[in-house]
Amino acid sequence: MMNADDAPRQPYQQYFEWYSGQNPAHLIGKSRDAESIFRKTGITFAVYGHADSAEKLIPFDLIPRIISAKEWRKLAQGIEQRVVALNAFLDDIYHKQEIIRAGRIPRALIEKNSAFLPQMIGFRPPGGVYTHIVGTDIVRTGEDQFYVLEDNARTPSGVSYMLENRETMMQMFPELFHRNKVQRVEDYPMLLRQSLASLAPPGCKGKPRLAVLTPGIYNSAYYEHSFLADMMGVELVEGSDLRVMDGKVKMRTTRGYEAIDVLYRRVDDDFLDPLTFRPDSALGIPGIMDVYRAGNITIANAPGTGISDDKAIYSYMPEIVEFYTGRKPLLENVPTWRCSEPQSLQYVLDNLADLVVKEVHGSGGYGMLVGPTASKKERAEFAAKLAARPANYIAQPTLSLSTVPILVKKGIAPRHVDLRPYVLVSDKVQIIPGGLTRVALKQGSLVVNSSQGGGTKDTWVLED
Amino acid sequence: MLGRTANGLYWMFRYIERAENIARLIDAGLRMSLTRSGVTDDDWDGVLQSAGVREPYGEMHDKTTSVDAIDYLLRERANPSSVMSCFESGRNNARMVRTALTRDTWEAVNECWIEMKTLLAKRVKPADLPEVIDAIKRRVALIRGAFHGSMLRNELYNFARIGTLIERADNTSRILDVKYYVLLPSVSAVGSSLDNVQWESILRSVSAHRSYSWVYDAEYKPANIADFLILNGQMPRSLSYCYEKIVSNLGYLAQEYDERLPAHETADAMLRALQALSVRDIMDKGLHEFLEDFVQRNNQLGQEISEGYRFYQ
Repeated sequence: MMNADDAPRQPYQQYFEWYSGQNPAHLIGKSRDAESIFRKTGITFAVYGHADSAEKLIPFDLIPRIISAKEWRKLAQGIEQRVVALNAFLDDIYHKQEIIRAGRIPRALIEKNSAFLPQMIGFRPPGGVYTHIVGTDIVRTGEDQFYVLEDNARTPSGVSYMLENRETMMQMFPELFHRNKVQRVEDYPMLLRQSLASLAPPGCKGKPRLAVLTPGIYNSAYYEHSFLADMMGVELVEGSDLRVMDGKVKMRTTRGYEAIDVLYRRVDDDFLDPLTFRPDSALGIPGIMDVYRAGNITIANAPGTGISDDKAIYSYMPEIVEFYTGRKPLLENVPTWRCSEPQSLQYVLDNLADLVVKEVHGSGGYGMLVGPTASKKERAEFAAKLAARPANYIAQPTLSLSTVPILVKKGIAPRHVDLRPYVLVSDKVQIIPGGLTRVALKQGSLVVNSSQGGGTKDTWVLED
Repeated sequence: MLGRTANGLYWMFRYIERAENIARLIDAGLRMSLTRSGVTDDDWDGVLQSAGVREPYGEMHDKTTSVDAIDYLLRERANPSSVMSCFESGRNNARMVRTALTRDTWEAVNECWIEMKTLLAKRVKPADLPEVIDAIKRRVALIRGAFHGSMLRNELYNFARIGTLIERADNTSRILDVKYYVLLPSVSAVGSSLDNVQWESILRSVSAHRSYSWVYDAEYKPANIADFLILNGQMPRSLSYCYEKIVSNLGYLAQEYDERLPAHETADAMLRALQALSVRDIMDKGLHEFLEDFVQRNNQLGQEISEGYRFYQ
């Protein structure tokens, strides 16, 4: 966040004028206040595999990450272009498959991919929208230079942190919001509700009824599910509340069964319908896919969107964007080696110490190797896994990520961050100005995932 | 509202009510051991029995000691009715129905659970017990206050209240039932100091040793105590009071849904029966038989409510 002369970058100027008048010890105290607000409110997440610590707080850093209006406009244009391309891509591969016929993407990559759902072939979701909610992961490497890391077109999480972080900052530092004109993120739940309601299925007569589907209180993102349902004023349902009756999906209320028109599901495709996908799933609703295909419910995001944010597809994104929008991508893709290709695999094995290797289907920072920080032994173990199942991996160079300041005991220190803006798609594309900034709290670390010791901070997009 | 939400509210408040009642039982037990010379650990058997956990306790412990009994009642995870388990289940239910709770109510429940996890992390030292019991009562009072002060008076409120009152009626009758032998008029023991301690402990376990004196003068009489806890409509833990409120909350639901269910008939019949009885009738027919029958019908009502309002599949 510093420029070459070691002065704060322009968007931070106001903030640092304020900061220089603050007592660091007082700010550290505020940090603890913030933590107790989060704990009291129950803004926690579950780390799978940790026996005792069922609920953890994501550390919150109280120095905002600040983006200028100009920078944001550029970013938003790039994101919109990408999201439009993602939807066009999904519509194409579930219909005419022109991109395959044009030889831009290998057929096997799509059809042999477990995220590709044959059940979606020939079906067009209400409004033609596949990805109602997208969370594009972005990193900045320099002035005006942004890379997209992942497209997250399935069920991106974290938006509740964007909102709670802002809420907390406004509670603790109201004066900062007088000095800086920060664009609003608070409308997100309202916009989400409107956006979902506008895509009600053809079978819905009258005002659409919405619900959020959660796997339940033991899910790591349960807080967010309840938060969003609460803020939108809709029911929070579990699979056991729902059943298919008279060709509709209905929920069991104290008055009997009532139909749902739009389901914002926070359950993976695999678990959505035990009749169609995993028969052992207790989280889903048997028969919901039939109701969906009959046009009697909208599922957001549409089943089968996972094929578009698959890590194996990611490396083709520049081609995908160009194919559907007719223009060069505005945002960069990180150069990616597909380990399924022998030449690439050899390169990756030879340069493991400089690369980040990810599982094609992994998420949450699990099952990945960060070459530069891994031990020799870890790299050797990973090389064996790679050689055994090369198609399961991709590799990328470690980018020289930009840093932002965080508050530490001694004052401020630079740490690496990424950014996940949230995008709502209906008949228009709306990008909430800001998003979730995740920060690697360990000095030098590049891993920002909350399950791996990352934290979050409020993200400000300034007005012009 | 979802059937599961009604279920969650109902059980959330049953568990919170139970946690408080268990804490009171422990309090009464402690008081007894303070005021009686030559107190035996057998007295804790009575407490465990009132809490309905004498049998499962016996499966874990060869004999009853005050230390083990208190720990079992306060902290034992294997005991679903221990204070900690109740708060755990109460909060889990609260998380499940979070979208139905005001922020104040949710935070009161969550903060209660946070404090209890620390307070009850280890065995509580005897010297710290009074403070811990106080903290439990205080936390429950805060939850109740936030709930009454902030929740809309709608169906959510009704289901929560019904949960509280069914649990409370159950607890009060169990407390009486376990001590019924004390209440049986027996010529030799009446008026002895032993009885006074026992009677006081009954009243203390429903936080009513003072209010009893306001109503019946400061003299313990078996018939008066039974009257107080069963029939006195002013006493907020009496069976009559609980049923008056259950009937009125169910009445709001019937109005709101424009539908009367079997549960409404059951509750009305139970209230009418209570109103028609005198304490003399109850004592004549046998207090134990009366209470046994009551607990069973109270459970049945809970069952009918959960079926009528589709709590489960």
